[in-house]
Amino acid sequence: MDSLASANPNPLKRNTSRATVFPVSHAAWTTAALAAVALVFATISFFIGPAHLGAGDLIGGLFSSHGMASIIAREIRLPRALLALVVGAALGSSGAALQGLFRNPLAEPGVTGVTSSAGFGAIIAMYFGFAALSPALLPAFAIAGALASASILYLLSRAGAGVMALVLTGVAIASLATALTALALSLAPNPYAMSEMVMWMMGSLKDRTLSDLAFAAPLAAIGILILSTAARGLDALVLGEEVAHSLGINIHSVRRRVVVGVALATGAATAAAGAVSFVGLVVPHLLRPFYGYEPARLIWPSALGGAALVSAADIAVRLIAPDGQLLLGVLTAMLGAPFFIWLILRMRREP
Amino acid sequence: MTALSLENVSAGYHGRRALSAVTAEFAAGRVAGLIGPNGAGKTTLLRVVLGLLKTEQGEVRVLGQPLTAWPRAGLARSIAYLPQTAEANWPILARNLVALGRMPHRAPLAPLSPSDSEAVEEALARCDAAQFAARRMDELSAGERARVLLARALATQAPILLVDEPAAHLDPAHQLRLMELLRAEAARGVAVIVTLHDLALASRFCDELVVLKSGEVVAQGPADKALSDATLAQAFGITAQRAGSGGERAALVAWRRL
Repeated sequence: MDSLASANPNPLKRNTSRATVFPVSHAAWTTAALAAVALVFATISFFIGPAHLGAGDLIGGLFSSHGMASIIAREIRLPRALLALVVGAALGSSGAALQGLFRNPLAEPGVTGVTSSAGFGAIIAMYFGFAALSPALLPAFAIAGALASASILYLLSRAGAGVMALVLTGVAIASLATALTALALSLAPNPYAMSEMVMWMMGSLKDRTLSDLAFAAPLAAIGILILSTAARGLDALVLGEEVAHSLGINIHSVRRRVVVGVALATGAATAAAGAVSFVGLVVPHLLRPFYGYEPARLIWPSALGGAALVSAADIAVRLIAPDGQLLLGVLTAMLGAPFFIWLILRMRREP
Repeated sequence: MTALSLENVSAGYHGRRALSAVTAEFAAGRVAGLIGPNGAGKTTLLRVVLGLLKTEQGEVRVLGQPLTAWPRAGLARSIAYLPQTAEANWPILARNLVALGRMPHRAPLAPLSPSDSEAVEEALARCDAAQFAARRMDELSAGERARVLLARALATQAPILLVDEPAAHLDPAHQLRLMELLRAEAARGVAVIVTLHDLALASRFCDELVVLKSGEVVAQGPADKALSDATLAQAFGITAQRAGSGGERAALVAWRRL
């Protein structure tokens, strides 16, 4: 040690390259574990499905371009497993960013109506012929729907509305979007529209294609990246908007980034999987203690946690009901809604 | 040296005037108290200085430079602000909360530099908060939280410190301690501007007072001059008792409504 120290040309500069007072190692391990869990669930998801194929056949199918195993592995199992990761990451990080922006654990793409509005946009594209013109129009419409509802929340929060007002507005937006979805589907020229309505309203990863993945993944990734640029501002918001402003943060820019990032991520996820709720509520809440309750540090872990949760839920729906009677969004809502109520009760108890 | 000056400043909300032609100077190394009844414009004045509210007329100068000419980050390094209802929205660790005060000095994504860490520890120590720096904000008492939140503002090491009604929710011992901390900041050369309702604290701890009423300055100067019986009657509609204690400033206690 002594020889090392004396070899240092400037002994005063020793030990100053890292901030020693703020340990991050626990959090780093948690993040690594989340990534590992997400990958494990995605792998399990790949091996689960109604077709009775062995693991060897599926892995072989992944690397071959003909035969039944190849079609199932490449065009059914792989998109589904990867989409679960994308959808979960998009929803988890969106929830973390919205909770940071509104400084409230109840904010979430589903609760704030962003998911149902995205679903409404997707349905317009799907059943009124736009998606047939160009497959890119499906995510575009979903993102437009998400952006519309997120913008309403943005305008309300800029006008100084409280968090409860925002959440209640979100509830109203969600009801309206759901009603419009039902109306659009009953008016749709497509005779199968009504039967697919439930899938859009509740969300499912059944029968997704590589094309769905190809649109959803980059859009969701851009959305999450935009959210992560708002992270610093979200940290400053721990002290409220006025202090954040006094710390040199442009609050309007932070709000815009969260709105656009959430719209892109949630819109892309919803275009691929329909409206899956409560992922963005549950995941950041469970992870928050592991990251010192700091909103900025929570965004990427919430993406990983969301990916793990949606993958696990998508495995569960296939194990519980192999014939597809249980939709992904039904399961997340059955778990998430009681969690939401529990959160409200707990918040009421605290001063 | 004048750290902050307002010249003929008027501002308001939605057409309602909250400040009318306010002229005031705040010097480095002094504690200035902003006092006045509710709605007198004390918080509005702070909001104008922070750039949260645009002036309708007049000019605010920060360290000699017009407020509007300051870049966002430079202004954030020059003025630290502790609001009235300061609370942490998430129960982060006290030390990490104080570290938020270093944000104006840090590039995005940059970790805390050694000088940042030093400023954080120093601010914690000055506020006597180092012993619970590793605890979460929701595990602290109100007095402890107030000290951590002040330490956050001090960690910025800004030459101007704005504090909005810091004493409101604190017991007398904590009030005194907080005012002593503000005096210590002034002794280090900071221009401290603090809004206060408590006339006793204002008269005892402030080098000068700016008395506002209905958005206008009605008196200005050292406590014994600014808080004359006539000003108290005009601004607050009260009379006061004065309590001197050998050699120190006379403290003033609100006594009776007029």
